Amino acid sequence: MPAIEVEGLKKNYGDLHAVDGISFSVEKGEVFSLLGPNGAGKTTTIEVLEGLRQKGEGTTTVLDMDPWSKGYDLHKRIGVIPQGFKFLDYPTPREALVYYGALFGKKVDPDELLRRVILEDAANIWFQHLSGGQRQKLGMALSLVNDPEVVFLDEPTTGLDPQARRAVWEVIRKLKTEGRTVMLTTHYLEEAEELADRVAIMNHGKIVAMGTTEEIESKYGSGQRMIVKSKGSLLKYLKENTKLEVEGDGGSVTIILRDKADAFVALGAIQESGADWGDLTIRRDSLEDVFLKLVGEEGRSGREGE
Amino acid sequence: MLAELGVYARGNLRSREGFFFTLVFPIILILLFGAIFSGGSSGPTTVYVQNLDTGPTSSAFMGALNSTTALRLVSVTAGQNFTQYLSSHSSTDGIVIPQGFSSAFIANQKVNVTVYGNPTSTSSAIVSGITREIVNAFNLRGASGAHSVGVSAHTAVSSSYKYIDFLVPGLVGFSALTSPMFALVNISSTYRRDKIFKLLSLTPLTKTEWLMSKIIWYIGTTAISFILMSIVGIYAFGAHITFNWGIGMFLIIGPFFFVSLGMLVGTISNSPESAAVVGNLVTFPMMFLSGTFFPVAAMPMYLQGIAHVLPLFYMIDGLTNVMIYGNFGPAYFDVGLLLVISAVTFALAVRFFRWRED
Repeated sequence: MPAIEVEGLKKNYGDLHAVDGISFSVEKGEVFSLLGPNGAGKTTTIEVLEGLRQKGEGTTTVLDMDPWSKGYDLHKRIGVIPQGFKFLDYPTPREALVYYGALFGKKVDPDELLRRVILEDAANIWFQHLSGGQRQKLGMALSLVNDPEVVFLDEPTTGLDPQARRAVWEVIRKLKTEGRTVMLTTHYLEEAEELADRVAIMNHGKIVAMGTTEEIESKYGSGQRMIVKSKGSLLKYLKENTKLEVEGDGGSVTIILRDKADAFVALGAIQESGADWGDLTIRRDSLEDVFLKLVGEEGRSGREGE
Repeated sequence: MLAELGVYARGNLRSREGFFFTLVFPIILILLFGAIFSGGSSGPTTVYVQNLDTGPTSSAFMGALNSTTALRLVSVTAGQNFTQYLSSHSSTDGIVIPQGFSSAFIANQKVNVTVYGNPTSTSSAIVSGITREIVNAFNLRGASGAHSVGVSAHTAVSSSYKYIDFLVPGLVGFSALTSPMFALVNISSTYRRDKIFKLLSLTPLTKTEWLMSKIIWYIGTTAISFILMSIVGIYAFGAHITFNWGIGMFLIIGPFFFVSLGMLVGTISNSPESAAVVGNLVTFPMMFLSGTFFPVAAMPMYLQGIAHVLPLFYMIDGLTNVMIYGNFGPAYFDVGLLLVISAVTFALAVRFFRWRED
């Protein structure tokens, strides 16, 4: 029995199809990431699953419950950090944890939770004086007060510096080792690659690709490419004298390697061209390349708050 | 500099809050205070009259009192204990025409009309002044022109009331209004913006419990402000306060109502900015027109009419009745009314205030 099951989920805001018929499931203990530009429908999806937003059409179950109608029971078993997590200004993290635990009727050990999210140093600082990373870690700790089976993290590292981001990642990895199911939305490819067992790429309310990052790369990527830094005549030479598929942007030449033999042909041709060249690399499409291909450059600057 | 001025002016005009405080609010204030202190059309003073005489002169005297537009006469039957009657109606203004008034006047014998009043109150001064004028007119009309009718002044109750006596319940009402209103209007809109309600909705806490916790807090703060103001009122200004359980009713029902109202206002507004504007529109008229700083009776009639539709008026009126006069009859009405509107407001606030979104 999967922890999360979504079938044909739709949600409209007026004429806007925020979520447009998506289906996926998340196994227990899995880290699943919804990846997409701003406005893709990630937050709407995750909020429907959290029981914070009513779905339009389709079926959604989390831990075998309908999130909206069984929210009261479900919320005792899930942990959530909303996007752009904020809290009351004055409690310290320690006080916040005791307070939030009390709302669940649980007596929590704040120091233990703070240790788990690596926030012991800031235990007694007012929330309003915490840094972005510290706030986010407190959000993580709060989502754990009820020992949840499923944790929903909506863009947990947006706006954090690289160091703080890595600290949050560390906490997410721990959640996985503890056997919790984690659903993570992000618009950072690196984050999805680092943390997720499986990724679904969303755009305009639809899932455009889903699988492990390797699966997505090999399915949607363009295979291996040889990239050579070269100015001037190399591109022209290759186009005129070989049957290789080549592209160039002035500073570098990209040769598409359709099979292994292409690599030798390319190397020979480069040598014969007599052109000045350097920094030869062979790589395959990264998740980023696939993402940009599927979502398009315009997706990277989409509007906030889907 | 002009560019800076322009951008600032535009910013102020675009922000509804800025607009309200910059332009609309001063207008409201000047209208309010202008109306209160112009006093030109202040309503008639209610005065209780007990005519113990049956003769023609006392009837003529009553007629003369009635003919002035400044007084509104309320007849008290002869059998009533007059001072008790005044006290039970939370009034200090009364006139008693003694038995044998007519015959004494005709016989040119000395006779006194008794005027009850509060020496410090303007309404009492009006009643006393008008009565003396009428008495003078009667004396001139009398057979000999001798001054046979006199006026004896009495203070209505054992102790006379001072402004501070009315200010203490007024300010207790004021604090029961302002702190919960401003706080809840702000909380209800910013918590929604900051998704703190979402966070709370993920816990087993219910909306009713959340709102009740705020009500309890503000009952506490209102009680504390009552204690502080009573101490200052009594020891610094010599206020007369009767401590009784009736005060407790108002210290509970007041915050209950205003927390619910603040929540309702914040809930139906779209943004923290518009919530603040709506909140101020609801709060400020109540703050000034419900008898917080000035007795409602001193206001022009049309403002008194407005006061009577403001919930805070009933809290302050009730508090004044129990704290100053120890007069529970009218206070029960005030509490009853507040209970009904509080229950409705609370229900509406819980109904419209949503943790989650559709």
